[in-house]
Amino acid sequence: MAGKATIIVHSGDMDKVYSALIVANGALAMGMEASLYFTFWGLQRLKKGGLEKGPLSKMNMLGLGKWMVKRKIKKAGAASLERLLQDFKELGGKILACDMTMEIMGIKREDLRDDLISDYCGVGTYVDEAKESTITLFI
Amino acid sequence: MAEIKVDCKGETCPVPLAETRKALRKAKEGDVVEVTGTHPASKKEIPMAVKALGLELLDVQEEGGVWRIRIRR
Repeated sequence: MAGKATIIVHSGDMDKVYSALIVANGALAMGMEASLYFTFWGLQRLKKGGLEKGPLSKMNMLGLGKWMVKRKIKKAGAASLERLLQDFKELGGKILACDMTMEIMGIKREDLRDDLISDYCGVGTYVDEAKESTITLFI
Repeated sequence: MAEIKVDCKGETCPVPLAETRKALRKAKEGDVVEVTGTHPASKKEIPMAVKALGLELLDVQEEGGVWRIRIRR
């Protein structure tokens, strides 16, 4: 198969997590491999029940903006983050969790959706994958 | 040889692409996957994916805003 996409999900903002998952699923659909490295605010989204909890990156307005965007997403027939994440896994995508973030933020494995996570790792694993990737993004 | 039908009508980016890939992964060599949908960009992008995957694009049709793409695994 041709190429690999390696994406760092640093932001936990809802719209940015959407971007990361859409690009990753597109890459898998086009026959590439794809890995998502969740770190810092992004890792919060892998907590149990945390996936949809992120605010909008702009015009969140204490959740009002997010509520409006979510309504529009539904109206447009766009998929939920959970659906995109399930598709990502089904298409063979890999999810990695940054262990330093876990230490700093006091997140334990049992707080996270362990069944989705392929590995708990540091920067070495990312660099090792990224250096042979044709697409790499920091979101 | 089986024919697998995937209905993505009303779905938007990236679902038609992802559903096509899912069906192609499940299909056996020689099987035909037929995807129907309404998302305009996917009509162009699914053939791109087929090319990237090195598979055979059999047919692309559109009628009344609904497209139908046939792929042989």
